[in-house]
Amino acid sequence: MRFMMLMIPKGYEKATPGTVPDAKAVEAMMKYNEALQKAGVLLALDGLHPPSMGARVSFPGRKPKVTDGPFAEAKEVIGGYWMIEVKSKEEAIEWARRCPASENEVIEIRQVQEMSDFPPDVQKAAEGFEEMQKRSRQGRK
Amino acid sequence: MKATDTHGAIEAVFRIEQAKLIAGLTRVVRDVGIAEELAQDALVAALEQWPKSGMPDKPGAWLMAAAKHRAIDLFRRNKIADRKHAELGYELELEQETPPDLDEALDDHVGDDLLRLIFISCHPILSPEARAALTLRLLGGLTSEEIARAFLVPEPTIQQRIVRAKRSLSESRVPFEVPRGEELVARLSSVLSVIYLIFNEGYSATAGDDWMRPQLCGEALRLGRILAELARDEPEVHGLVALMEIQASRFETRTSPSGEPILLLDQNRARWDQLLIRRGLAALERAEVLARNSGHGSGPYALQAAIAACHARARTAEETDWARIVGLYGALGEITPSPIVELNRAVALAMVFGPAAGLEIVDALTAEPALKTYHLLPSVRGDLLRKLGRLGEARAEFERAAGLTRNERERKLLLDRAAACVD
Repeated sequence: MRFMMLMIPKGYEKATPGTVPDAKAVEAMMKYNEALQKAGVLLALDGLHPPSMGARVSFPGRKPKVTDGPFAEAKEVIGGYWMIEVKSKEEAIEWARRCPASENEVIEIRQVQEMSDFPPDVQKAAEGFEEMQKRSRQGRK
Repeated sequence: MKATDTHGAIEAVFRIEQAKLIAGLTRVVRDVGIAEELAQDALVAALEQWPKSGMPDKPGAWLMAAAKHRAIDLFRRNKIADRKHAELGYELELEQETPPDLDEALDDHVGDDLLRLIFISCHPILSPEARAALTLRLLGGLTSEEIARAFLVPEPTIQQRIVRAKRSLSESRVPFEVPRGEELVARLSSVLSVIYLIFNEGYSATAGDDWMRPQLCGEALRLGRILAELARDEPEVHGLVALMEIQASRFETRTSPSGEPILLLDQNRARWDQLLIRRGLAALERAEVLARNSGHGSGPYALQAAIAACHARARTAEETDWARIVGLYGALGEITPSPIVELNRAVALAMVFGPAAGLEIVDALTAEPALKTYHLLPSVRGDLLRKLGRLGEARAEFERAAGLTRNERERKLLLDRAAACVD
């Protein structure tokens, strides 16, 4: 089972462009990342630049509308994520508990959806592409 | 199950710590069976105490201390009677008195212990099945029931297998050291083959099988990744991980929802897991750089991974770099000569130079005794004959192949291909 651990640092919604974490925090986090790697559970991880360097696209009346960051209404924003592969939600939670996070940080754990989670009709829709490929290949023969 | 379910949380901690715990205890008590029992005792203690006292800050250290206390207990009460064990009991007491290691030193220790445990579980005196079962138990933390379901054998069989394996190891007085030099190469090969065996068992699972089976792929990948961290300079470890990551990327597309196997070239590449492919390509690069630096060429796992990478990089089947694949099978055939490798090379060759070129090699292989009952030989031959317009002969070959396979779905697929060969 795959889980994302989403790091939500309080205050990051107001962080100015070019904000970077301090060296000590980075060092502690590197050790943690190493532990995930050594346990064979880490699939991917990334830090994200603050919203002040980003943008949002909304769809009022189903038409896209772009807004530059920072976003006044946003009370919580994502600072980074880990994606891990573990046997249960409890295991994901235990890993999150071990993160050397500060008092200002919250980690949200979310399970990644996999194709087999979806009902047959959605799976079939995804399968349709396969059929199309096969048919086009047979036509060429 | 709610996030705050204590029992589940404790079990999760144990799953994370178990292998390191058993590994550390094995170093001290020199017996994997006893080590495993002590680890179980520690879990029982945790289940009793943590709900009341709360989760300790360093659960791994807590469990190790609990296990060691229990070990000292057992030695004192002479439960493990034997002078050697009395000596070990003394060693244990000494250990308890020394101040706790700094986190980093502890880490190195843990790494060595884990590596040692992996090598022991995969020791060549054990049969491949025993190695796989013991590895899944000690390093994977799987129960006998789970292992039995995964390998489609009765649970008592697995229990016996594990008991006998532990006994073989202690009776043969297998040294508990990480092998070095030439011995390391041979022993590492044994470890890699166990991990790959487990992976293949999981990969061959079909829709109707127990859901425990495909989990073996994840387990093998996890063990491979752990080993890649412990043996960072070993090219074939990274080669095997690369091969497994890339193969696993095709897990969702290898069978249709109704359970029919889908050939690689017919799979929906949009559903190949790009995350795993990226990881696999990175591991492959590491393997190739290490192999180059060592002065030896790539080993068999890295070569197989390189072949898998050729497919993974092609956005469509038509874009496949078949010429490169021909070369890779050639290299593979040189270090691990095998008619099956040659057959695969023929398939790739046909893609580059046309079916007649491939057929030349395949015709020569029909004399190979090792391939007499291998259904893929007539299957490939049938495909090449069909491409050459020799439909009558092609049909005969597909029917022959159908007769040789024991897999019902494959048989149907081959009979369909035979029926499609109409003049």
